[in-house]
Amino acid sequence: MADQNESIPAQEAAQAQDPAAQQNAELLALLHRLFGADAFTDVEEPYGLLTATTTREQIHGIIAGLQQDQELQLNFLTTMCGMHFPDREGQELGMVYHLHSLTRNIRLRLKIFFPIADPVAPTLTDLYSAANWMEREAFDFYGIIFPGHPNLMRILNVEDMDYHPMRKEYALEDGTREDKTDLFFGR
Amino acid sequence: MAVNDTLEGTHKIIEEAREQQPRLHPLAPTVNDFNQELTTLNLGPTHPATHGIFQNILQMDGERIISGVPTIGYIHRAFEKIAERRPFYQITTLTDRMNYCSSPINNFGWHLTVEKLLGVEVPKRAQYIRVILMELARITDHLICNGILGVDTGAFTGFLYLMDEREKVYEIYEEVSGARLTTNMGRVGGMERDFSDIAISKLRAWLKAFPAVMREFEAMFNRNRIFMDRVVDVGAISAERALNYGFTGPNLRAAGVDYDVRVMNPYSSYQDFDFEIPVGTKGDTYDRFMVRNEEIWQSLRIIEQALENLPAGPYHADAPHFYLPPKQAVYQNMEALIYHFKIVMGEIDAPVGEVYHSVEGGNGELGFYLVSDGGRTPYRLHFRRPCFIYYQAYTEMVVGQTLSDAIVTLSSMNVIAGELDA
Repeated sequence: MADQNESIPAQEAAQAQDPAAQQNAELLALLHRLFGADAFTDVEEPYGLLTATTTREQIHGIIAGLQQDQELQLNFLTTMCGMHFPDREGQELGMVYHLHSLTRNIRLRLKIFFPIADPVAPTLTDLYSAANWMEREAFDFYGIIFPGHPNLMRILNVEDMDYHPMRKEYALEDGTREDKTDLFFGR
Repeated sequence: MAVNDTLEGTHKIIEEAREQQPRLHPLAPTVNDFNQELTTLNLGPTHPATHGIFQNILQMDGERIISGVPTIGYIHRAFEKIAERRPFYQITTLTDRMNYCSSPINNFGWHLTVEKLLGVEVPKRAQYIRVILMELARITDHLICNGILGVDTGAFTGFLYLMDEREKVYEIYEEVSGARLTTNMGRVGGMERDFSDIAISKLRAWLKAFPAVMREFEAMFNRNRIFMDRVVDVGAISAERALNYGFTGPNLRAAGVDYDVRVMNPYSSYQDFDFEIPVGTKGDTYDRFMVRNEEIWQSLRIIEQALENLPAGPYHADAPHFYLPPKQAVYQNMEALIYHFKIVMGEIDAPVGEVYHSVEGGNGELGFYLVSDGGRTPYRLHFRRPCFIYYQAYTEMVVGQTLSDAIVTLSSMNVIAGELDA
């Protein structure tokens, strides 16, 4: 126990020296202050980038709030993309958002997950014009539906395609081939 | 957000969108009626002035553009899906084919992402070599864009002069990697070979000869009355709209925002070099042209500094788990053979985690979002392609302008079909 107590100030000192960790702590404090600590789960910092999971009910309000916020100005939508985890029951599909503050150079990654039977996420097209094609791409590849999107059509694949190819159930190789068993190669 | 009405809801949304733009939808039948006021014009998909395969359905009132609908995806090759089946080192060839005007930047951007995931520290010499090659790639990218812009305004000469210079840069690439356009340059952990003496001498000769050509090109265009009449105030976008549209790179800087990944989040030792970020004021085609010209000069500065201070030492990291051993050693040394086998068969242990890394590509922030589950291939790999994100602003930028303005706006945005469609 004594060792643990001693290590806490040491950690704080290390954080004070590392500006990225300090910025992340500042950003997390802001997120908790603006939207409440309950809004975020799985808060991590993989490779120095603050990552948090929230819910699809809250994501639009959070991104809108951060866009308006004058303190850290996280008002640049770097990118967003869909995800598919077939093993997570009830949380199969997800969207990942990368936000960036160009004035303070802080990045934030937000995630939402929802069931594949109800693939609906709120649209950000009212906040960011850049979201338009990114959401069309997520719809095209993962079948995620964004109610309120002005023109939710396939963007890269052909219009009459009847499935969403980036979902994990579509293997890249022809599943009927027997000369290439995928024991060691690929998924 | 109820379950049942979502799918039907989407179809309804799509149908409504079609009804709102009946004549402009790609699938709608074309109406040809001599009495109608407006004309529907298909610009592309294989129009010579689009310099790539993408379509714009424009609604024209005489020469003026009233509205437009872009269609993309003509050369979509599903790179993100293919990447989910390939070991990390095989994905480099996919990145080549995104922005093929500046492949080395894509290659090194990908390597830097994997190195960040694996925690590999790259030696200084390899970082400087990468900087030299990335800046050469930026110069060739901008040369093509500005040369083509000249062609679209009717001046073919400048383009030919610049193509000649690009050819010499490709010879340097050839000396470094063996390839010219899709370079597949470098490896995870550094470079696959050091600069040879021939490469250095070719680089030095080019650095000496190129500025004169560039000055001649600038003298031909920068204050040319005909050129300026064609490009000033054409296809302008405000800084606010550009940021909202997710612009990055020269197009954003032309609008007056000095965001450059090389400065804001330096990678590969960019903090060691002294260079400036040119910015425009109006975000029009002329500003984009001038910003790219100035960036070429700044890239030259960086290359000269890097070549001057090129550190001695190894050209790749001492990371036998990730970096292929020399072929000769594979035949003679057991450890080398084991590592060679493990790397080629993708049996290396990658950490579980997610990483986002971005580099300043020819067109802007080129990002790689890599999710690894510890397997030999990425679980998910998303490319942040700057072209894909900023091209959606094109319609907004050309509405109200003439068709000839739309052409020069398109070339000055430097939309590369490979990066657009991935």
